[in-house]
Amino acid sequence: MQAESTQSNHNHVVAPHEMTIYSAVENKDVLMKHLASEGDLEIDLSEISELDSTGLQLLILLKREAKLKNKAISFVGHNEVVLEVFELFNIASFFGDPMLISSAAKKGDKK
Amino acid sequence: MNMDNAFKTFLIECEELLQDMEDRLMAVEESGLDEDSINSIFRDVHTIKGSAGLFGLDGIVSFTHVLESALDRVRSGEIGLNDSLTSLMLSCKDHISVLVSSIEGETLILSEENVENGEKLVAQLKVYLNDLKDADDGNAPEQEANLVEARFNVVILPGESVANDNWHISVHFDADVLRNGMDPLSILRYLNTIGRIENIVTLFDRMPAAAEMDPEACYLGYEINFHSDVDKLTIENAFEFIKEDCRLHIIPPCGRIEEFLEVIDGLSEELKLGEILIACGTLTERELEQILSHQSQAEENRRKLGEIVVEDQLAHPEVVEAALVKQSSIKKSKDKITQTVRVDAEKLDYLINLIGELVIAGAGVETEVRGSGIASLRESALTLTRLIEDVRDGALYLRMVQIGETFHRFQRVVRDVSKELGKSIDLEIAGGETELDKSVVEKISDPLMHLVRNAIDHGIESPSERSAKGKSENGKLTLYAYHESGSIVIEVTDDGRGLDKQKLYAKALEKNIIEKGGELSDQQIFQLIFEPGFSTAEQVSNISGRGVGMDVVRRNIESLRGSIEIDSESGSGTTVRIRLPLTLAIIDGFMMGVGDSSYVVPLDIVEECIELTDSHVSRNEGGNYINLRGEVLPFIRLRDHFHEKGEVGKRENIVVVKYGVQKAGFVVDRLMGEFQTVIKPMGALFEHIKGISGSTILGSGEVALILDTPALITKAMDQEMAFVANDLKLVSSN
Repeated sequence: MQAESTQSNHNHVVAPHEMTIYSAVENKDVLMKHLASEGDLEIDLSEISELDSTGLQLLILLKREAKLKNKAISFVGHNEVVLEVFELFNIASFFGDPMLISSAAKKGDKK
Repeated sequence: MNMDNAFKTFLIECEELLQDMEDRLMAVEESGLDEDSINSIFRDVHTIKGSAGLFGLDGIVSFTHVLESALDRVRSGEIGLNDSLTSLMLSCKDHISVLVSSIEGETLILSEENVENGEKLVAQLKVYLNDLKDADDGNAPEQEANLVEARFNVVILPGESVANDNWHISVHFDADVLRNGMDPLSILRYLNTIGRIENIVTLFDRMPAAAEMDPEACYLGYEINFHSDVDKLTIENAFEFIKEDCRLHIIPPCGRIEEFLEVIDGLSEELKLGEILIACGTLTERELEQILSHQSQAEENRRKLGEIVVEDQLAHPEVVEAALVKQSSIKKSKDKITQTVRVDAEKLDYLINLIGELVIAGAGVETEVRGSGIASLRESALTLTRLIEDVRDGALYLRMVQIGETFHRFQRVVRDVSKELGKSIDLEIAGGETELDKSVVEKISDPLMHLVRNAIDHGIESPSERSAKGKSENGKLTLYAYHESGSIVIEVTDDGRGLDKQKLYAKALEKNIIEKGGELSDQQIFQLIFEPGFSTAEQVSNISGRGVGMDVVRRNIESLRGSIEIDSESGSGTTVRIRLPLTLAIIDGFMMGVGDSSYVVPLDIVEECIELTDSHVSRNEGGNYINLRGEVLPFIRLRDHFHEKGEVGKRENIVVVKYGVQKAGFVVDRLMGEFQTVIKPMGALFEHIKGISGSTILGSGEVALILDTPALITKAMDQEMAFVANDLKLVSSN
């Protein structure tokens, strides 16, 4: 096996701050481009400050397309914003990524 | 709209007439027929028939017509009113009740079971009318026709429902929802404020391939298992702004299988929706099978019923759903002896709210006046305060109803259940004049019902068993209500078998509710029956599937901030004692100062105030108790409990309070005296704080907290037990 390039086939992509309907079209283009690139995809969610349903749909799209293409994709750095949406939609299992819940990010709001 | 008011009046009137009918029929059963009673009963039915006719409720008209004819024969002396006819009439009264509660517009929505029952009753009544054919030739065929026609006003539903206790919300959004400015996220978040999303499955199968996917469109749908106590309208309103942009189905708890059919039918996606509903926890496998088999049946059923019905079912699914959720009816009963005025409950609440504000404003005035030092002004202010107190009491008094009404309703229950079980039971009612707040009465009715049923079912033995034991053949069930130190106490007593402590203990061990070797007091053993594992598996059918077990009874009582305890003697009988606080919106409070804060307790539980001197403290070696004239009085230092930081006063005082038979003391810095307290509820956020049951606003604008005395007293006692236990350990280890 050759370690071909000094840059590993590992693409670390940082998801944009704002993943809402206002930037949905742009975001889709950017994310699709990354999807088309070679190698594994690692989507870093830690910079996301706003996430609405369009944003979530894009994440779902990414995951689904990657699966279809047999491309490895993982989501990391789930922050508070992301965790809240994931929990509300009960969608964590679809993504299947381990999510580190730090004590600051914990939302124990169940009554 | 005028029709609405007229209809409301019709419902209230029907209920009163039916209650009167029932009372009189039961009286006839006991003491025989008299002219007055039969005339009244006839009039009751006749009036119901007439009013129902005004609203076009043919289903009710035709049924009551048959009943009326039978009553007419009794009235004219042609037939006698024997026991079986009386029972039949009571059943007819029940059926009319069912018909009335199933009214939806001009239609009656009944389950198959109910329709069959109605037909059975008519057939039985006809037996008594058989000779009538000669006299009233014209009527007989007409009656038949009426009944048949009436069916077309009736929507018949398949009888089964699913076991799930939560709402099921199925909502699938249209593509434009997000573009129109709404986001499912905010709706889900809102739902979590009016209830709790137990489980949710997010569906996005509608999302097309990446190339076609429009990032601004919405492809999401949700199947939600939702736990909430609010009504359907409130849940629907959550979706108000997106009503046009989604497909929404809200199925109430224990929803009918029909409704799930609609959800499944309505979705175009090729989804294993059934499996999703199972994953959601809304359905079980068995229920899913039933639904799928009903799917084919439903098609046929729809064709069988008349055109109107078909249109009704398809065009107005809400009607069908609404019928299933119907549980409430306006509860008021006619006071035959004194004059009454019907008042809208809302108006009353509005008035009480205003008075609450008045009390606070009055307190504000008093504070200002005290500072001014003008004597005449003080006089006027005092008069004002006194008048406000009187108005307050008067208004609150309006909301009080006698518990006797509720107790009285149990006569019928006791009669029915005893007959059903072949037991003979006398119901004794005492303390019926005891009054409590209207809302409390409504909520206590179900738990009491369950306790009464339990007593009859499991407590009182059969007549033969009783005579064998040397008891009277008739069992005795007593309902007794009285006031005691700021609470109302309701006792349900039977002279039956009582509770067998050994059996309870053994069963609890078996079910792993307690551990072996644990020492339990009698009270603690009796309390075991409230554990969920102890609910009897066989529910008598009349409980109407409300899923009421002893644990639910306890929870209901606790949600009213009351407590429940049991006294029992094996062989002699059992008493269940419910204690409820007289929580009115405005109470006479006693204010205490601790550090910089103020706390309030209801005045009527305060027994006395004592100074906490050094000698008190030194004598008990640091334990939280004092010797009060020979009694042990445990106390809590409010300062410590609430972590107050303000300055400690020179003298500390103990306020001795009594709740039921328990006494405890609160150690505070300052005694601030009587204070009219307008109770403001705590927000949802603070619900779980132990020891606080509400808040109030002082004249100065500051907030004082109202103490939850029972919780605090329990805590004081527990602390004391722990301390003593420790002491004993030390002693024994020597």
